[in-house]
Amino acid sequence: MARFLTKRLAGAFIVLVLVSLMSFAIIWLVPGDPTAAFLDTSATPEQVARLRHELGLDQPLIIQMLDWYGRILHGDLGQSILLKRSVTAALLERLPVTLSLTSVALTLALLIGVSAGIVAAVNHNRWPDQVVMTAALFGLSVPDFWLGIMLILLLAVQFDVFPTGGYVPLGEDPLGWLESIVMPAITLAVIQVGFIARMTRASMLEVLSQDFIRTADAKGLTRTDIMLRHGLPNALVPVLTVAGIVAGSLLGGAVIIEQVFSIPGVGRLIIGGILSRDYPVIQGGLLFLAVIYLGVNLAVDILYAAIDPRVRLE
Amino acid sequence: MSSVTLDSAVASHGPTWHVASRLLHNRSFVIGAGLVLTIALLAVFASGLAPFDPLRNSFRTRLRPPDATYWFGTDHFGRDILSRVLFGARISLTIGLLTALATGIAGTLIGATAGFFRSLDNPVMRLMDALMAFPAILLAIAVAAVLGASVPNVIIALAIATTPHTARIVRASVLVVREHEFVEAARALGATELRILFRHVLPNALGPLIVRLTYVFATAILAEAALSFIGLGPPPPAPSFGSIIAQGRDFIAEAPWVTIFPGLAIIVSVLGLNLLGDGLRDVLDPRMRT
Repeated sequence: MARFLTKRLAGAFIVLVLVSLMSFAIIWLVPGDPTAAFLDTSATPEQVARLRHELGLDQPLIIQMLDWYGRILHGDLGQSILLKRSVTAALLERLPVTLSLTSVALTLALLIGVSAGIVAAVNHNRWPDQVVMTAALFGLSVPDFWLGIMLILLLAVQFDVFPTGGYVPLGEDPLGWLESIVMPAITLAVIQVGFIARMTRASMLEVLSQDFIRTADAKGLTRTDIMLRHGLPNALVPVLTVAGIVAGSLLGGAVIIEQVFSIPGVGRLIIGGILSRDYPVIQGGLLFLAVIYLGVNLAVDILYAAIDPRVRLE
Repeated sequence: MSSVTLDSAVASHGPTWHVASRLLHNRSFVIGAGLVLTIALLAVFASGLAPFDPLRNSFRTRLRPPDATYWFGTDHFGRDILSRVLFGARISLTIGLLTALATGIAGTLIGATAGFFRSLDNPVMRLMDALMAFPAILLAIAVAAVLGASVPNVIIALAIATTPHTARIVRASVLVVREHEFVEAARALGATELRILFRHVLPNALGPLIVRLTYVFATAILAEAALSFIGLGPPPPAPSFGSIIAQGRDFIAEAPWVTIFPGLAIIVSVLGLNLLGDGLRDVLDPRMRT
C-alpha cells in the first residue's frame, strides 16, 4: 500500500504542476494583446500600460511564471479586474453554493442510478431491464440546460411549484434552500443517473456470472440474500471508480446549470469571468476546479486500492 | 445465429462482411443508424425541404404558435422554427462530425505515440491527465471564449476537450496490439517502426476508436448547444440547435415552442448517435460492453 501511495501521489503532483501551468498559459492563447479584449479602443496608452502592469504582462515570461507559482503556493489567485477583489475570496465565498448543488445531485444520481441498475441486472433481458436501459439512454441524450429550461417552464411558470431560479442558503432557510435546489439538482443529476445505471447494471451482471454466486445459490441462499449480500457489495466496487468521473462531470455540469437557474456559485463566477475576459478569474477558477477534481480522484483511487487489493499490485 | 452459419459466412465472404452482418443484426445499431441517417438527410436537403428562408425576418408573423403553415411556430423575429431547425441541423451536425474527425486524428497521433514509443508514454499521458483535470465543458468554454466565437473555434475548443480521453483509448488498444506475434513477424521481416505502427498496429486498434468517435460526435452536439447557450457558439444569425434554444429562452413563457423543438431535435440526433455507438461497441469492442 505504501508503494502504491507514493506512486500515486507522485503522479498527482506532476499532473498538478502541469495543470497550474496550463491555467497560467491560457492567457497566451489569446490572439493579440490580452488587454485589447478588456479595454475598448478609446483606451489611452497609459490605461493599457496600467492594465498590463496589473496583470504582470510587462514582465518577462519567466518572471510572470515564477510570480504565478509564488502566489498560488500561498493560495493567492490574484485580483479580479472586474470585481476589484481577491479571486480566492470570491471563489471560496461561492464554493458552498456549488458544493450543495453538486452534492444533492450526486446523492440523487447514486440513489436512483444504482437502484435502477440493480433492477435492470436482476431482471436481465426482461421488460424492467429494457425500460431502465431505454430511460438511461434518454438521460444520456438530453441536453441538461434544455431540460432545466423545460422544468422551469413546467414547474415554475405553469404550476408555480418551485421558484424559477436563485438560491437560498441552507443556514438561512432550510425549506427555501430545498425549494431552490430541487430543480437544478435534478437537472444536473439526469445524465449521471443514466451513466451510473448503465455502469451498475454491467458490473452487477458481471458479478452475478461468477462462481461464488453459483455456490451461494447451491448452498440454498434465497435470491434476495444472494443479490444483497454477495452480488451488490462486489458490484459496487467498480461503480466507485466512476465516482471520480462523475464528480468531474458534475462540476462541469454545474457551470452550465448555475447559469440556467441563476445560482450564484463558482461556475457562474467563472462564466462571468470568461465572458468579460477577466483573466485572473479565468486562470484562478480553472485551477481551483481542477484541483478539486484531482483531489476527489486521488481520494477515490486510494479508497479503491484500500477496498480492492488487486489494484495495488498493478 | 448459429455458429455454423457464421463460420460459413466468414469463410465465403471475409471479415468485413462478417462485421457488417453482425451490425445489421444489432438492434441498437439499426435504430441508431436509421435515426442518424434521417437527420443527416434532412440536414443535407434542408434548402429543398425548409418551407421558408430560415433567416427571413417578418414582423407580422412574430411569435406564432405552431399551426398548419408554421409547423414548429415562429420566433421573435417572425422566423420559421422548422426551417431554422432544419438548417440548424446542418451546422450542429457539421460541428459534431468535424469535432469527431479532429479528435480522431489528434487522439490517434497522441495515443499511438504514447502507446508505441514507450519512452514518450509517461510525459505525453501526464499531459493528457492534466487536460482531463479541467471539466471538459469548462475547458471548451474557456478555449472558445479566448479564441472568439466562430464555427472553426467551436470545433477547436471541443476537439481539445475530447482529445485526451480519445488518446487514452487509442493508447490502451495500441498497448494490446503491439504485443501480438504479427508485429514481431513484421519486425523480423525488416519493417520500419513507423510502417509497423501505421500498417499493422493502428488498423488493428481501430474498433474502440470508432466507437469512441461516435460518442464524441454525440457529445459535441450537446456541447455545441451548451456553448451557444452561454453565448459562445456559432455567431448569429445562422442557426444551430443551441443558438435557436438560446434565443428562445427570453420568450420561454410566451413562446415555448421556439425552445422545445430544437431541444427535441438535439435529443433525436444524440439518441441516434448513442444507439449507433452502443451497437458498434457490441460488435467492434465486446470487452467494453455495458
